[in-house]
Order: sequence, then structure tokens, then C-alpha cells
Amino acid sequence: MPIHQTIEGSFQLIGGNFSNAGDASIELKQKLTELGFNADIVRKAAIVTFEAEMNVIIYAAAGWLRYYITPEQLKIIVEDMGPGIEDIDLAMQDGYSTAPEWVREMGWGAGMGLPNMKKNSDVFKIDSVVGEGTTVEMIMYIQ
Amino acid sequence: MTINTIQEILEATIVSNTEDIDTINIKGACSADLMSDVLYYSSQDFLLITSLIKPQVIRTAVIAGIKIIVFTQDKKPDKDTIELAQQKKIPLLVTSFCTYTASGKLYQAGLAGIQKK
Repeated sequence: MPIHQTIEGSFQLIGGNFSNAGDASIELKQKLTELGFNADIVRKAAIVTFEAEMNVIIYAAAGWLRYYITPEQLKIIVEDMGPGIEDIDLAMQDGYSTAPEWVREMGWGAGMGLPNMKKNSDVFKIDSVVGEGTTVEMIMYIQ
Repeated sequence: MTINTIQEILEATIVSNTEDIDTINIKGACSADLMSDVLYYSSQDFLLITSLIKPQVIRTAVIAGIKIIVFTQDKKPDKDTIELAQQKKIPLLVTSFCTYTASGKLYQAGLAGIQKK
């Protein structure tokens, strides 16, 4: 399906809501598939949104996931009201995690979330203020 | 590799089935219990071997392109996890082998590991 105008949407995310964790990303994945994106872009977009969504659910009180699809790019912005990240360089390192044990028991906290978001995006920006929250912006160019 | 072959090698029980189970052709596999590690190695049409039996695994499968999940150490997923798998059309297998042995058996039978991209 050719895209002629910006398609946008958003999902509200609630911290600690593990029972629906991933639903926003799965819905966006479905939408991108219906729009006819190639499987590689769909997979990458699904991974980055899923990782970002899980970070909000694990660490923050609440957040928003917004997406903007144009003929040239897919932009995903995830903004949360969470504790913020003290040392972003450290948080970007493969395997670094501050997740508590109960989160690891649920299968999260591998310390690969932010690296996975960066790896699967063409543009990755992160901005965080301790005590206020974190915003992640990711762009994937559509070839 | 077909699900029948995988089931035979791992002496596994199918605990969640899908209509198109016979058409699935697995091209690679990875073993992990932390979901971001799975997403790091994600590819198309692959198999996940894990000992984590939470619903998170099913959601990760949908995101990552995992076609079949094998639970090791005879760990049986609960009703919610099975229901979610059925809804998302992800077949689930349970084997009594540990993750190391299950992975080794499939690798030996020719199923390659997912490569880092």
C-alpha cells in the first residue's frame, strides 16, 4: 500500500503492567505489515518498539509510544515518566543493566534493550533527566 | 527443518498446536532465557529454545519472527501462556532435555545457530 501522507498514532503505556506488555508493539507490527512494509523493516520496528515499551513497563510509572510513518521514514518516539538514566554511555553498553532480580526472572534485564534499539535504528537519540524521565527517538528509513 | 523432525529429535510433546504446523520450515535456532538476548539475534523463521515459560516469551516470539518455541527441562507452560500461544499461532514443544542438550541435538542434526547481523 503506497503511503502518501503521514500516518500517525500513539499508545499509552502503564508501568508495571506486564500482563499487556508488548501489545502496543504487536499492534504496530501488524499495522506495518498491513501497510506493505518489507519484512526486514517490520521486524526492526517491532524490536525497537518492543524494547522501548518494555523499558517503560519495567522502570517507569507511565509513558507514551508515538509513531509517525511518512513515505520516507518511520519515526518512533517513546517518552516516559520514570527515574531517568544517570549514565547514558554506561546504559548503552551491551549487558549493562540495573534491572532487579524479579525482572530478570520474567526474562528481562539482559542489558541489551538500548543496544538493540540502536542496532535496529538508522537514527537513535536518547535524552534523559534523572528524576523526570527518558525520551527515545528512533528513525528507520524506508528504502 | 520441520516440526516433526524437531519433535522426534527432542522426544518432545506438543502442548500448543496451529493449523499450519506442517508448513513451518525452521532455518535456524537460538537458546536464551533473557528476551533481549533473543531479540539481539532475531531473524526470520527461527526456533527458540528456552527454559523460561512466561507469556513474555510468546510476545517476544511474535515480535522477533520465532516460529516455534521449545521449553526445556520438562517445564510446562501455564494455561495463560498456552492460550496466548494459540492466539498468536506459535506452536509450543516441551522436552525433558536441558537447554544445552536440546541445542546440541538440533545443531548436530544440521540446524544452524542464528548469526549476529
